[in-house]
Amino acid sequence: MRRTLQDKLAILSDAAKYDASCASSGTTRRDSRSGGIGSAGGSGICHAYTPDGRCISLLKILMTNFCIFDCAYCVNRVSSGVERARFTPAEVVSLTLEFYRRNYIEGLFLSSGIIRSPDDTMADMVRIARMLRRDHGFKGYIHLKSIPEASPELIEEAGLFADRLSINIELPKDASTRALAPQKKPETIRAAMANVRLARDASRERTHTGKRPARFAPAGQSTQMIVGADQANDRDILSTSVRLYAGYDLKRVYYSAFSPIPEASAALPLIRPPLMREHRLYQADWLLRFYGFDVNEITAPTLDGNLDLKVDPKLAWALANRGVFPVDVNLADRDTLLRVPGFGTRTVSRILNARRSGLVRYGDLLKIGALMSKAKPFVLTPDWSPRAMTDADDLKARLEPPPEQLSLF
Amino acid sequence: MYRIDLPELGFAERWRDATRLLLSHDIAPDAIIWRFGGGGDLFACDPLPGEVGPRRATVSRPLNDLAGSVLCHQEAEVPALLYSAFHRHQSDRRAIANPADPLTRRLERLAKAVRRDIHKMHAFVRFRELPTETSRRRFGAWFEPEHRIVEAATPFFAKRFADMDWTIATPAGVARFENGALSFHPAAQRPDVPEDACESLWATYFQNIFNPARLHLKAMQSEMPKKYWKNMPETQLIPEMLAQADRRVAAMRAAQPASPPSRASGILKRLAEGAPGSVDSLEAAADAARVCRRCGLCEAATQTVWGRGDPSAPLMIVGEQPGDAEDLSGQPFVGPAGKVLTEAMGEVGTGPVWLTNAVKHFKFTPRGKRRLHQTPSRDEVLHCRWWLDLERKFVKPRLTVALGATAAFALTGNDAPLAPRRGTIERTPDGGQVLLTWHPSYVLRLTGESAAVARRSLKVDLSLARRLVAETSG
Repeated sequence: MRRTLQDKLAILSDAAKYDASCASSGTTRRDSRSGGIGSAGGSGICHAYTPDGRCISLLKILMTNFCIFDCAYCVNRVSSGVERARFTPAEVVSLTLEFYRRNYIEGLFLSSGIIRSPDDTMADMVRIARMLRRDHGFKGYIHLKSIPEASPELIEEAGLFADRLSINIELPKDASTRALAPQKKPETIRAAMANVRLARDASRERTHTGKRPARFAPAGQSTQMIVGADQANDRDILSTSVRLYAGYDLKRVYYSAFSPIPEASAALPLIRPPLMREHRLYQADWLLRFYGFDVNEITAPTLDGNLDLKVDPKLAWALANRGVFPVDVNLADRDTLLRVPGFGTRTVSRILNARRSGLVRYGDLLKIGALMSKAKPFVLTPDWSPRAMTDADDLKARLEPPPEQLSLF
Repeated sequence: MYRIDLPELGFAERWRDATRLLLSHDIAPDAIIWRFGGGGDLFACDPLPGEVGPRRATVSRPLNDLAGSVLCHQEAEVPALLYSAFHRHQSDRRAIANPADPLTRRLERLAKAVRRDIHKMHAFVRFRELPTETSRRRFGAWFEPEHRIVEAATPFFAKRFADMDWTIATPAGVARFENGALSFHPAAQRPDVPEDACESLWATYFQNIFNPARLHLKAMQSEMPKKYWKNMPETQLIPEMLAQADRRVAAMRAAQPASPPSRASGILKRLAEGAPGSVDSLEAAADAARVCRRCGLCEAATQTVWGRGDPSAPLMIVGEQPGDAEDLSGQPFVGPAGKVLTEAMGEVGTGPVWLTNAVKHFKFTPRGKRRLHQTPSRDEVLHCRWWLDLERKFVKPRLTVALGATAAFALTGNDAPLAPRRGTIERTPDGGQVLLTWHPSYVLRLTGESAAVARRSLKVDLSLARRLVAETSG
């Protein structure tokens, strides 16, 4: 029986939902006033939200969910009995454009199972991107999930059409990748990320004639790690992230709580997705990138190297390092203020601005938008001192959310 | 008392013109009534001054930008509030920059609400296709924003959908884009936009991209407030999706792993073929080294960096380990130290050579966006000697040059300090000749005269190597 476009879309979007990334921001500014259709650049737009709280920014689909690999955590592995379908390139192009014209999406996030060979699959994905850009003048956002085993020339071409390239590292430790995804090679995945990085670096350098080469994946590259499918603890996961950020100039590492999949492999536990753990990892990832923390500081408060699920990682760090507090809001430098629980990067910038107009008092902090319920044991202002609160034994218990909230997760 | 009537369309212009005039006469905020829509002459009001007054009103860019957004807010007191901010600004320029100032805070909140509404309009307008007689496709939408944003939010659509004609109707006004020109018109009745076949595809997508195992309603509603739902077709599906979520998750859990489809075993067998065989050549050794896991370095490094050059060269040069650039590209000696070595080799005229490292994986600690080199441990060097020995076995160099202490240790087994040994020849355990010299990265670390001295020593040693190789080839 031939499948209709509707059937294929159902199968191939269902198969794509385990990819967390949906970003459509940070690419080159462009629009269609000089021809073609679409615009991009600046902050991304989330066009809808599904009841799982995730946004729909891009048409996120698989080109096909046929796959010759056998990755235990993946619903599309060759040994799974899931229904299979395959889009033609023309179908993907037309779905993207028609959705785009109705303002449903910002663009396309195309991923694929591996059919025939990695190069064949990657070549088809590149063809779709090329058709969108060249034949239809599409200026919207394109994210291609690259196949690490594909030849560097294909990735090179993909980067000319795509805003973002991603290559999923999948699991935080090489041993887990070898055990759960026997056809994937961690070194191949890393080498592919390195190639993307080098191509991006090269595209930003002017040639000897002073000409700028074509932009290569202007919105950068990202990756995704599955959390909870193997035994890795949060320290392992975050250390891997830090290495990836440093080595391959990644824009984002996405953490995806391992979610029960239909046709699950017997190799994996059928667990509830560890959503709170995923959330804490994102918080920790932010602390590593924007708040000057390092992995060991963040994972030190617990003995098993996992983040505390009850309190956020910055608060957990502050509770374990109370000697540093309270800090004087009117004297402390930016780096110190950034370490105060309840102060975000924007709050800190506002505090520094407000200090120019005079002393900052407790009420000012509230007006500025600081989360004082969290911050007050850790700060000093002319009209506020936490006194013994900072060192109180029950401080953690007081700052934890009431236990019933946790049952949500 | 003055009274300013603001129209529904073009109110920003009107407000700015009036404000410029009133400020030039230094008229106090409480002497002005601002009203939208006009109507009923309740008060006897003074006529506005006909000419610009003596004061030159000024405004800072941040306040001006803020005003652009705040004016669109639907609250009735907004034009007056903004006028007081402009009026205060003529005598107190700093208040607007202080995030703790109450009026600044208030304006910022109002602006934020408007910007959010604009952002949501960009996100939640849903076009339906309309019939057309020309070659340009036509689309129409009905949208109910919270604030007066039809003029501020629609230029975005003009840039994005330049090759089609479209109309966005709102209760406060209509934006029409035809043949590349955007125009605004007074509000009309809610238009009847016909069904669009594409909407059922969109519904299919919306239902299937949702993961029922991860319900998080609060997150959905805070980003997609219910006030926008009525004009978004996909939101009608949400109740049913919620009702089925538990059942779908239970079904996923209950589904026992089915026996794999018949094609699986054949495919997996084909993929498993071609595993590396015995190591009987330099190429085979390189292939085997690519998946080396003898020590833990492979876990962090990108890839094995194997040697390169002439595999029948009489001279082999061994460095310490790949650096950042080598790790990314998979080629030895392509980074800054490699450049120093290549220059030195070029100057002394080194002939064919095999370039490699004592340790084949990059060892580093990440520091922000950089990776800092770390010296490999004794263990790591010893593990990796397996590969170095294989390279020496297949290349069979007549002379090997050790760059730096790590290479010297890997080749000779002697880890004594390098300085007194530099420029001398030692032996590998199997009797091969090893000439010891500085590592080029040592030259890079030094500054001034000592760097020049080290660079000269490196060159002296390399030319000695060239002579030794030439002598033994006779």
